[in-house]
Amino acid sequence: MAETKSTADVLTVRDLCFSYPDGRAALQGISLALREGEKVALVGPNGAGKSTLMLHLNGILSGQGEVIVAGRRLAKENLPFVRASVGLVFQNPDDQLFSPTVFEDVAFAPLHMGLPEAEVRARVDAALDAVQMSAYRERLSHHLSVGEKKRIAIATALSMRPSLLALDEPSAGLDPRGRRTLIRLLSDLPLAMLVSTHDMALVKELFPRVIVMDEGRIVADDTTEKILADEELLAAHGLEKP
Amino acid sequence: MHVNLFDRYQETQSFLHRLDPRVKVLATIFYVVSNALLPDGAWFAFFAAWIFLLACNALSKLGWNYTLKRSLIALPFALIAITVLFTTKGTPLFSFELFSVHWALSLAGITRFAAILIRSWLSVQMALLLVAATTFPDLIHALEHLRIPKVLTAIIAFLYRYLFVLTDESFRLLRAREARSVAAEGMKRGGSLLWRAKNAGNMVGQLFLRSYERSDRIYQAMTARGYSGRLYTLNPHEMKSADYFAAALTLTFLSFIQILGRI
Ligand SMILES: Nc1ncnc2c1ncn2[C@@H]1O[C@H](COP(=O)(O)OP(=O)(O)OP(=O)(O)O)[C@@H](O)[C@H]1O
Ligand SMILES: [Mg+2]
Repeated sequence: MAETKSTADVLTVRDLCFSYPDGRAALQGISLALREGEKVALVGPNGAGKSTLMLHLNGILSGQGEVIVAGRRLAKENLPFVRASVGLVFQNPDDQLFSPTVFEDVAFAPLHMGLPEAEVRARVDAALDAVQMSAYRERLSHHLSVGEKKRIAIATALSMRPSLLALDEPSAGLDPRGRRTLIRLLSDLPLAMLVSTHDMALVKELFPRVIVMDEGRIVADDTTEKILADEELLAAHGLEKP
Repeated sequence: MHVNLFDRYQETQSFLHRLDPRVKVLATIFYVVSNALLPDGAWFAFFAAWIFLLACNALSKLGWNYTLKRSLIALPFALIAITVLFTTKGTPLFSFELFSVHWALSLAGITRFAAILIRSWLSVQMALLLVAATTFPDLIHALEHLRIPKVLTAIIAFLYRYLFVLTDESFRLLRAREARSVAAEGMKRGGSLLWRAKNAGNMVGQLFLRSYERSDRIYQAMTARGYSGRLYTLNPHEMKSADYFAAALTLTFLSFIQILGRI
């Protein structure tokens, strides 16, 4: 087993390439690193490959190249560990919340990690508490509003106690208040985060660092200040200044 | 927008609502089986079963005639049994000739037909009461406790969860079509029947594709959270003394009905 404990990075990606079965080269040599507790935004036009990259972080898709999470290389024997270390939240909360009740959904990951019942319950309570949805334990998932679903979806990942949270477009479809709540929630979570988004106002407010992707490549990786000041770059990749 | 066509659960506080779902599921199953086992002409026993049903209705605080009002939905299905009127052997009451077939109506046939109607009518009402007084997740838990295979309960749970998503999606599709189904000034609206049929076919295809892709994403979401082929669940239910009492009472009463039907 290849252990790479040299860096304090929670996530290292090296030369990652991936093509979909229909031949579409969605990732073409991605390299990036995230330090512990670092919050990074991932921006880029539709079809840039952001979601595809997210799916590589815990081995749902696997291309050529290296992905190292919390010091362990992504390989078949490490899969359970890596999956528990990366809290992946999908773009559409209806895909993420597949159980009848909120409780069952948040308990899904801890249960499948083989934790004892008391620990599962403690984690569910803590995760729901973190997203301020404790009152929703017994609610039916399909009766929730979009904003509520998004927060529960984040709780389903938090209950794994991951070292990295990977969120795919968390603010899409939220009203201003829901967006506010989400921003506060994300900034309060003491976790490393990689957040794909089209919401440049959110980027400016929440993330010190931005990675710009286009056509399966990283075209810029810098502080938010510098990237937002580079109007040429923004225009070239279909992004707007907030 | 949200469609709420399928939830039959009626929120109230009642003895029946609080009862352990396992007891309710088992009691309903036993009740249905008991009705099925009663002999054809056991009218007193059927009457006792009906009283039991009314008592359960009253215990649910939904009103003594809650299921009565909803019981007619099963009638069309029971009418399939109409053939027993003519196929049951017995002394014919009267007979007639139709489509060059000889049809004979016997008292035994009528009795059997009436008994089948009553059986299904009572059983359907008890099932209606079960889903009105038990939340769907609780029903699934009960089935899990009763050792129904996980795969089956999981399929039911997914069906329940995504039925709503799917209906919402189909309503969105319908609305999108409605928004574009405009008529030009002075023209008749809508195309030919064939064109409409093609349109409906396309929509069903769309729905299928979307569901298929969604199932892929759900599987990914499950995998991301540690699923690897085995499903685990936590079931928060515990039998209390009231549950044992209700179970015992139901069994006693059903035995009584069975004896009543045979003397
Ligand atoms: N299942 C798939 N099969 C084939 N091609 C796919 C599949 N999923 C995505 N693609 C293609 O891969 C490319 C990258 O898609 P991806 O979903 O990663 O983009 P994205 O950056 O997340 O876009 P968006 O901002 O619209 O969510 C796109 O060109 C897309 O068409
Ligand atoms: Mg995407």
